[in-house]
Amino acid sequence: MKPWHIGDTPLTSRFLLGTAGYPSPHILREAIIASGSQVLTLGLKRTLAVPGGGDNGFVDIIRATAREQGAHLLPNTAGCRSAREAITLAHMARELLGTHWVKLEVVGDEQTLQPDPFELLDAARQLVSDGFEVLPYCTDDLVTCQRLVDAGCRVLMPWGAPIGSGLGLLNPWALRTLRARLPHTTLIVDAGLGAPSHATAAMELGMDAVLLNSAVSQSGDAVRMATAFRHAVQAGRTGFEAGLMPTSDVAVATTPVGGQPFVLL
Amino acid sequence: MSFITVHTDQGVQQLPAGSTVADLLAQLNQAKGMDDTALATAVNGEFVPRSERSQHTLNDGDAVLCFSAITGG
Repeated sequence: MKPWHIGDTPLTSRFLLGTAGYPSPHILREAIIASGSQVLTLGLKRTLAVPGGGDNGFVDIIRATAREQGAHLLPNTAGCRSAREAITLAHMARELLGTHWVKLEVVGDEQTLQPDPFELLDAARQLVSDGFEVLPYCTDDLVTCQRLVDAGCRVLMPWGAPIGSGLGLLNPWALRTLRARLPHTTLIVDAGLGAPSHATAAMELGMDAVLLNSAVSQSGDAVRMATAFRHAVQAGRTGFEAGLMPTSDVAVATTPVGGQPFVLL
Repeated sequence: MSFITVHTDQGVQQLPAGSTVADLLAQLNQAKGMDDTALATAVNGEFVPRSERSQHTLNDGDAVLCFSAITGG
């Protein structure tokens, strides 16, 4: 597959993996390896001043596996409800994890966890000017996405469906429109993917990559599911690059029999 | 000596006036022998970089929060 980029960093794997909710650090490590992912997401949380305390070694495993696999860390601003909170958390993440990449999340609705486009845009503008490579988690709304690009975001992360829902691509038309209208922006479908076929569908639409977490971590066999998604992403991208056939509302005969076999012309 | 109180996730802490973020972290973690490079800090919601902790003087009533990396999606 052709390489793609986050900012100026070339990548070959188009499967970004979240690290939350795995049964054990060992299974997480094996899932990361099986996924072939080159980008792993992390979060930040208030702590009682005991670093790593209570996480059972998950973060250490992520860091170690990332080093071994040559993978990049992508911290998020999960939990933030305002631009101010997200900006502060992004700066903390840069210091803690040594990366200027940030998956910018600003939630605007508690039930859907839908991003707040206004706070998101404010935060994106500030963080871009602060030197971050901002990857905003956004809806598939075209105008919001255009404004984020105008703010300096080279990568967008439109949702497929609400976080953790597993519903797949609720609005393929909107994603297809984003692809057509933002041809030079890197698009990563993030959130809502529940099955490998969802990832394939996203890639067939011409998305540059997918990011998912729960579909793997909540599977009965996270390692095999990571493998399944890896193949699904590759299949979808390969199909996109090969070029999907045009669709038709009516049948188009495939076998060249030349009409009805027993009817004289 | 006068004292200030600051709010943390470990409860209200009392420190000598003129104390810094670094002083607070030292007080909080004195018994734990921790490496505070694995923490990020904010005072009243504003990021305080590690390099500025020993210069950032706390005021009475400040809220100091510490963050660390966790798993995430």
